[in-house]
Amino acid sequence: MMSAKPPRSLFTYALVYLIFLYAPVILLPLFAFNDSAIIALPLSGFTLHWFGLLWETRALHEALYNSVLIAVITAIGSTTLGIFAARAAARYEFPGKRSILGFIMVPLVLPEIIIGVALIVVLIQLGMSLSAWTVIIGHVLICTPFSIAILQSAFNNMDRSLEEASLDLGENKLGTFFRVIVPLVTPGIISSLLISFTISLDEFIIAFFLTGTDVTLPVYIWGQLRFPARLPAIMALGFLMVTLSFLLLVAAEYFRRRANRLTGVRKNSNGGIF
Amino acid sequence: MTKQHEREPIINIQNVEKHYGSVTALDGVSIKIEAGEFFSLLGPSGCGKTTLLRIISGFDNPSVGTVFIGGADMTDVPPNERPTNMVFQSYAIFPHLNVADNVGYGLKKQKLPKEEIDRRVDDALKLVDLEGYGPRESHALSGGQRQRVALARALIMKPKVLLLDEPLSALDKKLRETMQSELRKLQRTVGITFVLVTHDQEEALTMSDRIAVMFDGRIAQIDSPEGLYRRPISRRVASFIGVMNFIPATVIENTNKILSLNIKSLGQLDIKTSSALKKSEVITVGIRPEMLTILYNKSDTSEYSFNASIENASYYGDMTYYEVFIEDTDIKATVSMRNTAGRPVLEIGSKARVGWGKDSITIL
Repeated sequence: MMSAKPPRSLFTYALVYLIFLYAPVILLPLFAFNDSAIIALPLSGFTLHWFGLLWETRALHEALYNSVLIAVITAIGSTTLGIFAARAAARYEFPGKRSILGFIMVPLVLPEIIIGVALIVVLIQLGMSLSAWTVIIGHVLICTPFSIAILQSAFNNMDRSLEEASLDLGENKLGTFFRVIVPLVTPGIISSLLISFTISLDEFIIAFFLTGTDVTLPVYIWGQLRFPARLPAIMALGFLMVTLSFLLLVAAEYFRRRANRLTGVRKNSNGGIF
Repeated sequence: MTKQHEREPIINIQNVEKHYGSVTALDGVSIKIEAGEFFSLLGPSGCGKTTLLRIISGFDNPSVGTVFIGGADMTDVPPNERPTNMVFQSYAIFPHLNVADNVGYGLKKQKLPKEEIDRRVDDALKLVDLEGYGPRESHALSGGQRQRVALARALIMKPKVLLLDEPLSALDKKLRETMQSELRKLQRTVGITFVLVTHDQEEALTMSDRIAVMFDGRIAQIDSPEGLYRRPISRRVASFIGVMNFIPATVIENTNKILSLNIKSLGQLDIKTSSALKKSEVITVGIRPEMLTILYNKSDTSEYSFNASIENASYYGDMTYYEVFIEDTDIKATVSMRNTAGRPVLEIGSKARVGWGKDSITIL
């Protein structure tokens, strides 16, 4: 099939759109390496001083530790829930299946501030004190829909007769799970872990509401914005976080496509974030 | 097929029914399959043949009835404990394993020593003409090769029965014909009972020792390929197996095992039969296209003949199929003629004399 060339005006539009989207992000590294305490053009010189400052700030290390801990537990929690849901959705027919799956996906579109407020009310009523654990609860809630979306594409694409072939060849159900199902969905599981880790690491609003004294990295950044002198260091930190998130997402997408290839899907036809 | 009366059939399906809610997929099916047979389940889609295969393999359980395999009641035995193996329609080759690991999958479960597994995998690959393919990645295989891997993977388990679910339907015509004769040869070599599910009557006829024709969840007829083709018991079986012309007839008399028929517009004839048809009963007789012959020359003779006009001609290279109207009637018949030397393809609209013999008539 011949694909027609788009008009020039559409090309310009797409370019402007991309600049609008990414220009602010590109400013981050610009000022992260700028040798001046004031965030303004023109640039005055190259320095790694702000990164060094990050290295020496104790409170930042604690925030980083909290964030990574929360993100790891969130990733494991939401991926585990996602495996259960995706497997059930792929293998079983039960009444209300579509609406149940629909409701699980709702947190994707709910405003996070509403989730944050609702959770804080509920958790306090339950008598829980705010801590890293309350943040984890909130993060699992918003990450699970992403996990399910990724894992569903891995589980759905798996030909059912592969499981039957394994049983037919004398393997039992548990053996089939470990010898056939797990290898085929592992890339999907890794992809889900990476995505939910990234989401949790970057999330601010829910963490802001539910964190007690264990501040996360984004909450720490928010606190630092009151001190203009520390802004360049925050820029440096922001640059590191954006780079890390980007690398994690690329890795996640690589594994998701690998899952599709393993289960016999040629194009990345359904599911996924990109 | 030699049948020993006392011998236990390898598969004995007794009065099996399968219901899905209010839908009946199988309705009172009983079949005995002998050891070493190439047995086919033939029928249109939705006739229950695949359900029956899945009941034999253990992936489905019958709602009613019993399944014996090798003399043992297997009705509630799960698939991994049955002496059957299956070649799936999609082949179900494990995409994350190479050819050797696919073929050796079942042996690995049995915890056999690695040397024995390797040796038996090599033997199995040799059996299906894939010698040396062990290290290949499974996604790099062609359709025909995937099927051979699926066959090797099942046969290496030395099953009592090999089940094949439409194994040739994903292949193109040429490859399908090659695989038909190869499968038949393979079955003779290994001597294992093969049970094949197919909707393709030609496939069933060329490969099987016996065929069960199924319609609407019931067995319509079980017979050898030749028996099915020559003596179909119903009009439905007759038209499913090959092409059959149906012509109405009236019984004139049925005495002393001689049936006198008046076949519409073709005339009267006597047939030896043991049927219990009564006088003036209206029946249908069938006649295969190849049993009708176009008499090209005035001097050509035949036991019986009628005049016809050519309605349509389909040229197949080696054969030509003619649709003809029997003169002065609205009865259409199909005549097939081999295109030997001196037989021109007749033009549409031309007249022809068609000969036939009373031995070629089937009473339905």
